[in-house]
Amino acid sequence: MGNLIDGVTALLLITNLMLLGSSFLSSCIRIVALQGVAVGLLPILMHERGPLWRPLLLGVAVMILKGGVFPFVLSRAMREADVRREVEPFVGATLSIVCGVLALMLSMWLAARLGLSAIAPGTLIVPAGLATMLIGLFVIASRRKAVTQVLGYIVMENGIFALGVALAGGIPLLVELGILLDAFVAVFIMSIATYHINREFDHIDVDQLNKLKG
Amino acid sequence: MIRALLPPAVGLAASPLLFAVINRTKAFFAGRRGPPLLQPYFDLWKLLQKGATYSRTTTWVFRAGPVVGLACSATALLLLPWGNLPALVAFPGDFVLFAYLLSVGRFFTVLAALDTGSSFEGMGASREVFFSALSEPALFLGLAAVAVRTRTLCLSEMVGAISPSAWAAEGPSLVLVCAALFAVLLAENARIPVDDPTTHLELTMIHEVMVLDHSGPDLAFIQWGAAVKLWLFGSLLVGLAVPVRTGDAWLDGAAFAAGMLAVAVLVGVVESCMARVRLVRVPVLILGAAALTVVALVLVVR
Repeated sequence: MGNLIDGVTALLLITNLMLLGSSFLSSCIRIVALQGVAVGLLPILMHERGPLWRPLLLGVAVMILKGGVFPFVLSRAMREADVRREVEPFVGATLSIVCGVLALMLSMWLAARLGLSAIAPGTLIVPAGLATMLIGLFVIASRRKAVTQVLGYIVMENGIFALGVALAGGIPLLVELGILLDAFVAVFIMSIATYHINREFDHIDVDQLNKLKG
Repeated sequence: MIRALLPPAVGLAASPLLFAVINRTKAFFAGRRGPPLLQPYFDLWKLLQKGATYSRTTTWVFRAGPVVGLACSATALLLLPWGNLPALVAFPGDFVLFAYLLSVGRFFTVLAALDTGSSFEGMGASREVFFSALSEPALFLGLAAVAVRTRTLCLSEMVGAISPSAWAAEGPSLVLVCAALFAVLLAENARIPVDDPTTHLELTMIHEVMVLDHSGPDLAFIQWGAAVKLWLFGSLLVGLAVPVRTGDAWLDGAAFAAGMLAVAVLVGVVESCMARVRLVRVPVLILGAAALTVVALVLVVR
């Protein structure tokens, strides 16, 4: 079981780094979908006591939503906006990967410093979750296209979810599902907003939205 | 002594076969029959028969390049273990010597390229050095992850300690290290997707540029050296990826040979299925491999 959890954690980190390295929006969406499935496996694998159906329900809901619905909605938004690549992000792919590795080290240090690693002993979920959050934030800050920023938001949410699974196995199912619903509504609204931004201004470059300020 | 001499001797003799297997795999994907398996040997023999042509602008450095390259690869063979059969030369920290022997070989190839005075070769040399500088951290971090896991700095003991139980305990991190080492193998040996060994398009060549001016026996040495280098990285990868350590020399040898065959076929499949990445994306690829090894290291250290 420990090996499986390690594998999922590694998958989480690798998808982060792959997201930082790729520039095609379609592959970015696929990578984040894979990460969503990996995150959905976590509550099932981490399950220790109590009825199995709760983590199973949560995990399956996460996998369907993050592995199926989000990618679908986002690829639709991408197709309608007719953007296929992240051209010239603020931070290039090479530097982004280096930043991702630095974020990983920072979160290792942070987890050790805050004494968080005692909570889920033997696993790396806490530092991996922290790193995923940081990298999601980094993606939001360093990319130009609105679709990629939504992806950064989803990655951040994945990190928070992983942390939540590790830190508090006892979060009520209702709360988790509520958060999931929030994330769903947020992504839904953001993709609709992307569509409208594109229809109004013929692009979804976020940095150019600054000009709208009166 | 005889047994310890076996791996380097076999490596030196059998390494051109890897190219043949790669070419046959590519031919299979293209629907051709492909050259015979001994074609690399025929090529080497033909080149060795020929005379070499030297430009008047070149010095002894140009003539030394291919010889030093082959010598460095052959010396590095002595450091490489075969399953749990330890290498002829083994001491703590020998993987550093292993990596830098290959670097010395590359250094002389680069010097020979610069010695021709052609700006084109200088461009290829610059690219080669840049990409190898990027793949070095990937190699070292990957080996560091294995070293932490096996608690030794000696290449022979590292590879010898890889067993099915080690794979069961540290599977994810070993998979990451193997994936990264495979990427390093592709980058260091100038294979697709980093470099195309068959291309002669000036704008995209990396490794082939540097050897354009060599001819005859020099070219044979370079090709043999390249084959040995592929063998080196291949056997390092097989040593980590195939945890068959029965102690029976025949069984271990068969597992090793099967592993090498699989590596060559895998390289051929990658070359058939993937396009070359653009030159500006190559650093992303190699740094991605380095990032994989960092993740592996994190998994091992915790």
